Amino acid sequence: MSARTLFRDARLLDPGSSMDQTGDLLVENGRIAALGGRLSAGSSDETIDCAGACLAPGLIDMRVELREPGAEHQESMQSGGRAAVAGGVTTMVALPNTDPVIDDMALIEFVARRSRDVGLARIRTYAAATKGLKGRELTEFGLLAAAGALAFTDGGQAISDAVVMRRALAYARTFDLLVMQHPEEPSLAAGGAMNEGEVATRLGLSGITPAAEVIMVERDLRLCEITGGRLHIAHLSTAAAIEAIRQAKRRGLPVTCDTAPHYFALNETAVGDYRTFAKVSPPLRSETDRRAVVAGLKDGTIDAVASDHSPHDQDSKRLPFASAASGIVALETLLPLTLELYHNGHLGLLEALAKLTHSPATILRLPEGRLAVGAAADLIVFDLDRPRRIDVDAFRSKSKNSPFDGRPVQGRVLRTIVAGRSVFIHRD
Amino acid sequence: MDNGTSPLAFPHRHLLGIEGLSPDEITLLLDRSESYVEQNRQVDKKQSLLRGRTIINLFFENSTRTRTSFELAGKRLGGDVINMSVQASSIKKGETLIDTAMTLTAMHPDVLVVRHPESGAVQLLAEKVDCAVVNAGDGSHEHPTQALLDALTIRSRKGRLQGLVVAICGDILHSRVARSNIALLNTMGARVRVVAPRTLLPAAIDRLGVEVFHEMKAGLAGVDIVMMLRLQTERFHGSFVPSIREYFHFFGLDYEKLAAAKPDALIMHPGPMNRGVEIDTAVADDIDRSAIRQQVEMGVAVRMACLEVLTRNLSNVAPAK
Repeated sequence: MSARTLFRDARLLDPGSSMDQTGDLLVENGRIAALGGRLSAGSSDETIDCAGACLAPGLIDMRVELREPGAEHQESMQSGGRAAVAGGVTTMVALPNTDPVIDDMALIEFVARRSRDVGLARIRTYAAATKGLKGRELTEFGLLAAAGALAFTDGGQAISDAVVMRRALAYARTFDLLVMQHPEEPSLAAGGAMNEGEVATRLGLSGITPAAEVIMVERDLRLCEITGGRLHIAHLSTAAAIEAIRQAKRRGLPVTCDTAPHYFALNETAVGDYRTFAKVSPPLRSETDRRAVVAGLKDGTIDAVASDHSPHDQDSKRLPFASAASGIVALETLLPLTLELYHNGHLGLLEALAKLTHSPATILRLPEGRLAVGAAADLIVFDLDRPRRIDVDAFRSKSKNSPFDGRPVQGRVLRTIVAGRSVFIHRD
Repeated sequence: MDNGTSPLAFPHRHLLGIEGLSPDEITLLLDRSESYVEQNRQVDKKQSLLRGRTIINLFFENSTRTRTSFELAGKRLGGDVINMSVQASSIKKGETLIDTAMTLTAMHPDVLVVRHPESGAVQLLAEKVDCAVVNAGDGSHEHPTQALLDALTIRSRKGRLQGLVVAICGDILHSRVARSNIALLNTMGARVRVVAPRTLLPAAIDRLGVEVFHEMKAGLAGVDIVMMLRLQTERFHGSFVPSIREYFHFFGLDYEKLAAAKPDALIMHPGPMNRGVEIDTAVADDIDRSAIRQQVEMGVAVRMACLEVLTRNLSNVAPAK
C-alpha cells in the first residue's frame, strides 16, 4: 500500500462543493491530502495517470441486501463487496433482513468485523426497527446506534402498525436517530405480484394499487409531524407519493427519500411475458409514475438514489411470476443507470453524482462522499461516455437476476479506491 | 379425414393462449373442430391420426371436466394418454414445475396438456420442454380451449361470431375464461360486454376492448349471448361480495334479468355451475335457451382439433433427439 498516491490529470468532481475542474488529487495515508490544479508529484510513492477521466467520491449505496448471515449461497459480504467495488460503491449500507435479523448489538459488530475482514467496500448496516422484523416491539435504538447502526428500518416490509411507527419516530427523536420506511400499506399489497393496471389485467396477475404507497407515505408524514422524528422513505415509485413528500418538505418536515434506478429506467411493461427479473418491491409502475420519479429527482424532492441490490438465486426466480422472489442485483448497474439521467439531459453531472454520494452521506450523517482535504480517500475513477452493454455474465455478484442484461449504457468504473487503496481496477 | 388443410396453416408450436392468434388461425381451429363434432356422434369414434403419439395431461389443479375432455380427445385420435395430477398443496408449487417439466421431457411426450393455478406457469413450462404444450388453464390468465369451444358453440347456434353482442357476467377478476373469451370474441368481430360488481372487475378492464356494466338488466339489454361465470371463491383473498344471497339477487341469472336480452339469446356457462349462486336452476336447464350441455360436447371436438394441428406441426420440425 502506497502511503502517498498522486492522481494526475483527472476531471475532479465533487457534488458537495460543486467542484468540476481538471486537476490532480493527492492521497496520503488513506486520506485526501491535497486537490486542485497541478500538484507536484513530490515524494509520492505512486502516480496514477487518470488521462482526463472523472475522479469523484466513491458511491454510497444506502440500501443493499447482502444475504449474510443466513443465505450466503445467494450473496456474501465477500461477493457483494466485489460487486460493490466493481460498481464504484465504496460504502454500502445493508438492510437488517438477514437470518438472524440484525436487531441486536452483537450482529452490528459482526457486520463491522466482516467489513474489515473482507476489506473491499465499507459495509455499514441498519438495525431492525422492531424485534425480529415482526412489527411489534421496538429494538434497542440507543444501544444499536451506539454500536454503529445507521438507522432503523424493517427493510422490505413496512412498519405497518401506526402506533408502533409513531413510537419508533418519537423514540428515535430522543436520540436524534433516523427511521426508514418501506412505503407500502401491506393490506392493499397482499397477494399482489405487479403494478395494478392494464398489464396486470392482461397477464391475469393480481395487482398492487399505486395508492398503497401514498397511503403509507401520507400516514407516516402525519406521524413525522406529530413526533418530529426524522423519517426517510425508501424507494419511491409513484407520482402521488412523490408529490406528498414534495408538499411535506415545503412544510419543513424532517423527511428525506430515495428511489432506485429501476424506478426511473423501467416501467411495468418490462414485465412483458412474466419476466420474473422485472419483479421488484415496490413493483415497476406506469410510464406516468416513471416520469414523476425523474421529475422528483430533478427538483430535489427525491434526495438520493440507492441500488436496492437484492440477489436471488435461480431457484427463487425460475418460478411462476406470483411465486417468484422480488428484487434484482443492482450494485454493478447503479452508476451507469444513474448516469443515464445526465446523458438524457435530466440532471447535471454533479447533480446526478450527488444522488449517489453527498446526498446519502448527508442523510446518514456519514463523513464519506466528498472530495475535501482531510476526508477519507474513498474515490472512483470512471469513464463518463464510452458506450457499452450491460453484461450480467461479467457481474461479480453471486446472483445474476438483472433485468438490464444487454442494455446499452455509458459510463464505466475504471478504478475504485477505499481509504487510499485501489480495491478495483478495470481491465479491458 | 380431410387432408386438404395445409399443415403450415397453424404456425404455432404451442397453444398457450388466444392472445396472439389471428382470425384465420381461430377459424382454422373452429373448422377442424366442426368435423370432429360429426365424428364424435358416430358409433365408431376412434381415429388413428395420433397413433404412436404420447399425450400427458399434467394437472397442478383439480379438474374433472377439462381433464376428461382432453383425455377423450387424445384417445379418440388414437393417441396414448396419461394423466398426471400434481397436488399443488402437497409440494411447494413452483419448485416442482421446472423439475416436473424436465422429468417429463425425458419421457419424450409429444404433447403436454397443462393446467396450473398460477398465471404464466404454463408458458414458463413451455419454455423448458421440447414438445408441444397446450394451456388447459393458467391461474387467472388464459384458458384457450374453453374460449374456442364457446366460440364453436356460438357459431353452431348463431351461424357466426361477427357482429354478435356477448355479455360476460360475474367473476371477471379471477376468470381465465373471461380473458380468453374477450380476446377471441374481439378478434372475431363480436362486441363484448362485461357485467359485474366493481369488486370482481380487474383494473383497466375497459382497455381490453369491452364495455363495462355494473347492473345486469342494463348489461344484458339486447345481447345475443349471455355467458355466466362461476364465482371462484377458492381464489378469493378475503370477501369480494358480502353474501351469496346478495350476489344472486343482483348478479345471478334468472328469467327476470334474462328478459332484457334478445328473445333468442343463448345462455352459456363454462361449468361447473353453482346453481343458485350465479345462475338459477330453471334457466340453466332450459333446453331452448341453455347451451351449457352443448358446450361440453364441443369441448371434446375443439381439443381434438388442437391436438391435431399441434401434432401436425411436430412432424414439420426436427425430430426429437
